Amino acid sequence: MSVALPRDLRTRPSSGLRFLASVGFAVGLPILLVLGWYLATQGSSSLYFPSPERVIDALTGSWLTSATMSKHVVPSLVRFVVGVLLSIVIGIVAGTVIGATPWLRALLEPMLEFFRAIPPVVLVPVLMLLLGIDDTMKLAVIVSGSVWPVLLNTVEGVRGMDPVLTDTSRSFRIRGALKYRYFVLPAASPQIMAGVRLCLSIGLILMVISEMFAASSGLGYQIVYFQRQYMIPEMWGGILLLGTVGVIVAAIFQLVERRVLHWYHGSREVARG
Amino acid sequence: MADKTPLLSVRELKKTYSSANGPVEAIGSITFDVFPGELVCIVGPSGCGKTTLLKCLSGLLSPTSGSVQLEGTEVTAPPKKMAVVFQEYGRSLYPWLTVEDNVGLPLKARGVAKAERSRTIERALVEVGLENARHKYPWQLSGGMQQRVAIARAVAYEPEVLIMDEPFAAVDAQTRADLEDLVRRVWKDLGVTVLFVTHDIDESVYLGERVLMLSNSPTSIQEDLAIDLPDERDQLSTRALPRFTELRTHVYEQIQRAKRGEVPSAV
Repeated sequence: MSVALPRDLRTRPSSGLRFLASVGFAVGLPILLVLGWYLATQGSSSLYFPSPERVIDALTGSWLTSATMSKHVVPSLVRFVVGVLLSIVIGIVAGTVIGATPWLRALLEPMLEFFRAIPPVVLVPVLMLLLGIDDTMKLAVIVSGSVWPVLLNTVEGVRGMDPVLTDTSRSFRIRGALKYRYFVLPAASPQIMAGVRLCLSIGLILMVISEMFAASSGLGYQIVYFQRQYMIPEMWGGILLLGTVGVIVAAIFQLVERRVLHWYHGSREVARG
Repeated sequence: MADKTPLLSVRELKKTYSSANGPVEAIGSITFDVFPGELVCIVGPSGCGKTTLLKCLSGLLSPTSGSVQLEGTEVTAPPKKMAVVFQEYGRSLYPWLTVEDNVGLPLKARGVAKAERSRTIERALVEVGLENARHKYPWQLSGGMQQRVAIARAVAYEPEVLIMDEPFAAVDAQTRADLEDLVRRVWKDLGVTVLFVTHDIDESVYLGERVLMLSNSPTSIQEDLAIDLPDERDQLSTRALPRFTELRTHVYEQIQRAKRGEVPSAV
């Protein structure tokens, strides 16, 4: 059996080898895809599907310049980060309050489902009327879509607490802030983190969308601008940049998730044996 | 014992649950006293409302009628001087906290300063033989060790009454014997009053100074039996005593009668 399956990686003795192998698995497919892209576009003169070299040129030439970065990319990312952080904070706080208050939950849950079902894109014109076209509107668009998974997952997590652990906390009189810090929020954290993961990807999409209407700057605006000017390699460069941002965000999330939920993964591994 | 004032006093306790098919009477009427320093075992057929009784005693559930008093004060919420060890050790420890923090959290909630907390945790863990597991997480320990953590947490809380709800029902026989001896030792070392709920007749006779037998649902006290075994108990010699066998047989018969719904008989 010389075929190296990912399963086998876990049992390899050397951690250095294991690290190399996991890096190999992570970058292997992207390398193959780029190679395929390169081969497919050799000798092609298609306007819409430029070769990787041209896209990379456009990426470095039109995107990774200090002017574009400071005018378009960084403000977009700042809005994304602020919007997502707002969603997480609002979602966790409101979700905890709603989840811990049965009558409030009964009152709000149908309405929450209703609001969640509305695609935030259709709210953009309304929010524009209400909030204008500045950063506040863009943040509102991001939050209006990405807050729901955090909020609803927190409600579920806070509500679905183990009755034995609830009795334990009650009988040892663990109350108030301590109860939330050491019992309620950790107990809900696996579900909250699942909500945060969704919140991040929705937030990134909405960051782009919020810049597609009545905007004059931003990553999303610039991609649409290049598209309309038939600057196709530049457009692809922006898309590549966006994808890279997504990968970095996912990697950061995973790091945080492993720290926050180390007990959860650990106990599940033990339970599986 | 009759001249002492009871620590825990239960009077005509009754608990009725409402269900879709009308009210279900879990506890008919229970009256008993527990005196300071006693180790009382409560034993009864399965499904007789032991857990309901225990939840009423510990203030987690309010009775339909009747009263529970701890040192003359009505129990309406979990009292300060009471600690509970639950059956499901895997679900009563916080998996996100280390052993040390699991034991320490109730003390933190009570406002015990950090240095003192650390000393109390250390003492409690030594008491249950887990001083080396201080920084481990509960799920890294075996079932028996997890239940020791739960006992250490209850011990560190320094309660006057320690309530244990079938704590060893889910551990293997060998571990169970060790934990039974641990309960006897903790009881002696700390002078705490212990109320031990079990469905295991041998366990109730081996551990208890007194055994309260419950009848079938709706539950009442079938019999209140004093266990006149020597104070020093040992898994081998105590269980081999003729008196142990007599008491065990008696409790067994009473439980069988309780299952059939017969009226109690005297010893």
